[in-house]
Amino acid sequence: MHELSIAQSLLEIVLEESRKHGMTKVRVIRLQVGELAAVVPDSLLFCFEMISENTAACGAIIEIETVPVVARCSQCQLLFQVENHVFVCPECQVPVMELVSGRDLSVMSVEGEREESDGAH
Amino acid sequence: MEHIEVPVVRNILQANERLAASNRRRFQEAGIFVINLMSSPGAGKTSLLEKTIDGLAGQLRMAVIEGDIQSSHDAERIRTKGIQAVQINTEGGCHLDANMIQIAAESLDLENLDVLIIENVGNLVCPAEFDLGEHDKVMILSVTEGDDKPLKYPLMFQLSSVLVINKVDLLPYIDCDVQVIRERTRQLNGNQEIFEVSCRSGVGMDSWLEWLKKRAQRVKDQLSRRGEA
Ligand SMILES: Nc1nc2c(ncn2[C@@H]2O[C@H](COP(=O)(O)OP(=O)(O)O)[C@@H](O)[C@H]2O)c(=O)[nH]1
Ligand SMILES: [Mg+2]
Ligand SMILES: [Zn+2]
Repeated sequence: MHELSIAQSLLEIVLEESRKHGMTKVRVIRLQVGELAAVVPDSLLFCFEMISENTAACGAIIEIETVPVVARCSQCQLLFQVENHVFVCPECQVPVMELVSGRDLSVMSVEGEREESDGAH
Repeated sequence: MEHIEVPVVRNILQANERLAASNRRRFQEAGIFVINLMSSPGAGKTSLLEKTIDGLAGQLRMAVIEGDIQSSHDAERIRTKGIQAVQINTEGGCHLDANMIQIAAESLDLENLDVLIIENVGNLVCPAEFDLGEHDKVMILSVTEGDDKPLKYPLMFQLSSVLVINKVDLLPYIDCDVQVIRERTRQLNGNQEIFEVSCRSGVGMDSWLEWLKKRAQRVKDQLSRRGEA
């Protein structure tokens, strides 16, 4: 259940960003998760729900965008989508180590409500 | 109340990755070659450590960090070999992180060390996501676990520079085709070094030790080159 530590880091980032922008209530958190990331979305959501209780992020919806695995061939520089975990260049047939995406685990944006400052509007 | 959306774009694991980078710098400066050793429970991590310690005795100075959910049994197994071993109890946690390694490394005499091996918590999923600051991830798959494992744990296979296939002494008794493991692994990670060993009989241990010594030497060479520059 390393999703718990991931949820904790996620909560820290979300609370830090929401404070920075004067947000009092977080509604939506958008994530990008690579196809190769060893993360089970359901357990991440479950852990987040559990630990975000009594925080500004309690009840927030987490939207996950899945990022495909893309690799670059070191010989011909071809960018290609890796399917069925075959990390081999379709042109040169050589093993490919450089991942361009697919291990992503990022917070992309946070949406919520902020108190309007006095007299600003 | 005003509804706003703020762009963030931050890696969730950034805190761990920063600590891992700082660990890596520290190991690099001390000229220590560091391995993050991972496998399922019982695949033979501690057994491989014991064989490795015996095999390198008098050649390289080794230390071990033992990650375990509970108990210090493995660290005691290592200490009877007369080398430094620090135990980390994760209290139920399924993986080690860079912060735990930073703390554990403080109780090691880094100046008098050539190789540090970190035995991660037995698990083929979670430890893969957490960089500890190691030079190489080494994974063990024992033949009793079956030849379908590369398909089930792609990230671990993709990231490990070495695959040690252990318990080959048991091959006559089970249905596991090492060739199938090799083929499945080659698709995931064509640059992976594969060693077939038995920690029980000692078969295959020489090539593994040769690899380790070569890598440790490379870290030393990098250090002396930087010293000259
Ligand atoms: N037959 C056989 N048994 C082994 C071999 N390597 C380890 N074992 C046994 O497997 C069990 C688990 O080994 P251990 O090193 O504690 O695994 P760990 O949990 O990965 O640290 C022990 O009973 C070992 O004696 C091997 O090469 N052959
Ligand atoms: Mg062990
Ligand atoms: Zn190519």
